[in-house]
Amino acid sequence: CCQRHPGSVDQFQEELVIRPLHSGDIYASFQFRTLWDTDFLQERQKVSHYRLFPKSLGQVLSKFSVRELHISFTQGFWRTMQWGQPFIPSPPGAELWVWFHDTVSDVDGNWKELTNVLSGIFCASLNFIDLTNTVQPSASFKPLGLGNATDHRFLRYATLPREIVCTENLTPWKKLLPCGSKAGLSVLLKSEKLFHSSFHSQAVHIRPVCQDEQCTSKAWELRQTLNVVFDLYTSGQGKKEWSLFKMFSRTLTEACPLATSSKVYVDITDNPEGELFELSPATPLLSQAVVLGDRRTYSVFDLTRAEMFGQLRSLNLLLRWKGDSGDMLRPLLHAERYVAGFGLQTGEIHTVIYNNHPYRAFPVLLMDSVPWYLQLYIHTLTVTSKSRDNKPSYIHYQPAKDRHRPHLLEMLIQLPPHSMTEVTVQFERALLKWTEYTPDPNHGFYVGSSVVSALVPSMVAMNTNFTQDQPLFSSFVPVKEESSYFVRVYTEPLLVNLPTPDFSMPYNVICLTCTVVAVGYGSFYNLLTRTFQVDEPSLPLAKRLANLIRRIRGVPLLA
Amino acid sequence: MAFSLDTNCGLLNHNIIGPIYCTSTIFPPDILITQFWFNYRHVANTLSVYRSVKRLGIPDSHIVLMLADDMACNYRNPKPATVFSHKNMEFNVYGDDVEVDYRGYEVTVENFLTPRSKRLLSDDRSNILIYLTGQTGNSHGGNGFLKFQDSEEISNMELADAFEQMWQKRRYNELLFIIDTCQGASMYERFYSPNLMALASSQVGEDSLSHQPDLAIGVHLMDKYTFYLLEFLEEVHPASQANMNDLVSVCAHRVSVSPGHHTDLFQRNPGSVLITDFFGSVRKVEITKDTINLTSSVKSGSGDMQIESLTYVDQLPVAEIIHQKPKQKDWHPPDGFILGLWTLILLVFFQTYGIKHLKHIF
Repeated sequence: CCQRHPGSVDQFQEELVIRPLHSGDIYASFQFRTLWDTDFLQERQKVSHYRLFPKSLGQVLSKFSVRELHISFTQGFWRTMQWGQPFIPSPPGAELWVWFHDTVSDVDGNWKELTNVLSGIFCASLNFIDLTNTVQPSASFKPLGLGNATDHRFLRYATLPREIVCTENLTPWKKLLPCGSKAGLSVLLKSEKLFHSSFHSQAVHIRPVCQDEQCTSKAWELRQTLNVVFDLYTSGQGKKEWSLFKMFSRTLTEACPLATSSKVYVDITDNPEGELFELSPATPLLSQAVVLGDRRTYSVFDLTRAEMFGQLRSLNLLLRWKGDSGDMLRPLLHAERYVAGFGLQTGEIHTVIYNNHPYRAFPVLLMDSVPWYLQLYIHTLTVTSKSRDNKPSYIHYQPAKDRHRPHLLEMLIQLPPHSMTEVTVQFERALLKWTEYTPDPNHGFYVGSSVVSALVPSMVAMNTNFTQDQPLFSSFVPVKEESSYFVRVYTEPLLVNLPTPDFSMPYNVICLTCTVVAVGYGSFYNLLTRTFQVDEPSLPLAKRLANLIRRIRGVPLLA
Repeated sequence: MAFSLDTNCGLLNHNIIGPIYCTSTIFPPDILITQFWFNYRHVANTLSVYRSVKRLGIPDSHIVLMLADDMACNYRNPKPATVFSHKNMEFNVYGDDVEVDYRGYEVTVENFLTPRSKRLLSDDRSNILIYLTGQTGNSHGGNGFLKFQDSEEISNMELADAFEQMWQKRRYNELLFIIDTCQGASMYERFYSPNLMALASSQVGEDSLSHQPDLAIGVHLMDKYTFYLLEFLEEVHPASQANMNDLVSVCAHRVSVSPGHHTDLFQRNPGSVLITDFFGSVRKVEITKDTINLTSSVKSGSGDMQIESLTYVDQLPVAEIIHQKPKQKDWHPPDGFILGLWTLILLVFFQTYGIKHLKHIF
């Protein structure tokens, strides 16, 4: 098919990782990466010829001087205790965080326009992102790409927990791929199956990366990731047997012709001798990778090789369970969040962070962004671990301004080994103006997820060298040291009820006032200004004729 | 051989292959305005019309689709990412390539009348089709206004004024307005701009009826008027010669309530107006035999490349964070309230203790 144009500077790789989970569910993670050696931010000439990189995103990057862009749309909540850690975490709803270039003078203006443009590209309601739900974290969300300066004035973070994800968000996401949804791994992305799952998350990450191992020049990387967890009972009909056809209602027929590498990885670490499940078609290609602090073994299916597809020209991976898998290893870091209290006036937010490492303590950075209508009382903030006070080594708090800014609380907490740390803060609910309520206020108001960023001690040495052949799922977060890996955990979003007024009251008041005015004032006015005259009763005809004759005669009239 | 696509009606003196139909650009907004799961049928109505319009050739860039609630990915939907219009789940109108422009809370009267983003770039050669479905008044009652999201409403006078504004600004050539709600005819009573044709599913004082319930999904799937409208549209193809009189008469005798139509303001005879003028579009294709040279993209400044190697940023630099100095906030002069408060305190002080203490200050 299409030959690589000599001297072309963009390349595309796609991969799919299938990880069977201990609960019987199955986790599929797609990653599509386009790497392009160009500079969007140079002023001398605009980039005009786009090949694999989508033009809509390229224009957005150059117009708004964006250094890094991360946007994700998620439906469902990632259950860390049952499923382990995801490759790319994301909170429920929509999340957008952007690092702007330091040449930008009006970051807020650029941010507002950028959210509007992105909401048009992804058919989402991102235009609801404004200053009331945007924060500027001071230590979390460091850039994931290349760079030196990290002045947090150029970072903006916003989340919309209420955002729904549906086919209309998947369609433009698929259109950004070089092969669209016609060839390669993206033929598996059928919305009827993807949204009938426990967890669905699609994201776009754009950042500058090293072009080669020496890292002397920059290239732009666009990663589109899609994580989905299929439930054993709703999609699997209760049988512990998974195949590509059962998950996606499609099989693979060819690799994307524009891709330099197209691979499917199946995690067989828990199945070294084949006693747990059986994978067919069997493949001799095995690969090991260190990801999330663990060394995992994968069976690799290279779709660029034609013999992968067999005589039927289609590849359908089948995993059939033979035995029962034991308990899952508890994840080292796990967080939960809930609202306590009663009534519609006050409440308490509790964030609980678990450190399940038996002997190592490590620091975590907790970032909380609470909307202004939950007024936090920071003097009631307590951090306790093992029923003792745990003073954070760094606190950054920016109070909210009504209708302008949300609360931002960032704390660096040292978690003792094998412990549970609880962060509590009391709040009071505000009464909004009656036009500020949504059309369905009894549903409640959402508070975005907390973000816990941590450097978790790793069980095996992490790979700090950057190689071109690394699988995509292990090269997303840059690794700086061998003994720990960076992980981000999102808690549940909260749903709080605010005191809701009775919306029929304006109508009632108008009716009552108008009635009182009409009845009361009307009758009062009449009583005051009406004059009364005595009315003579009219005489019968005979007497009237008699009066007429008497008047002519000049004699007094009858009564 | 290369070819280019032209969507506007232009000159016809190029080499073209096959019959090409020249029609003006067509912009149909499809709007659904009600929330909640029991209004599933309104979403199915709107999506069915959207589907027909796309099938007849109108691209997504010329369609504004507003859905006030999410039915496809609603947790009550037994089959997510699907919206069915026929019972027994025969036909999924949501499909795989739907693009919703305004959804959820974005569907407001303001966004309908004056959209700030995602608007139609129509001009005076465009034919516009507007399809509205929802509820008027308080769920079967109410004359002359249409509910938006249970909290706002638009009156027929506002609609008529909006269309007049569009006419004054030369934003449309001809406009077809279809409304499927109870007492739909009351919504077009006040139209006064030229070149407007309106169809409604019911007269004033009548209710519009829903068509088929589905027992698995648990709600009604379609409204009667839209159901018959779609049956008619299924037979229309891009080269069809069916005209407006066929459309009006097809819906009249099948349903139990009487749909209304308002064609007085329309300058052409409805019998001569093709259905495809509003519901479809055919794009003109220009084919040329010349080759086009594309300049290859210039590699960015290879001369002045950085020699030092670039590094990734540390994701959680604990030492740096702990010793981070707080940001120096810019100093602002005190606010009016603070100034006023201090002035008051000083005044009270000097009032109580007398003016002689002032000499201690100056």
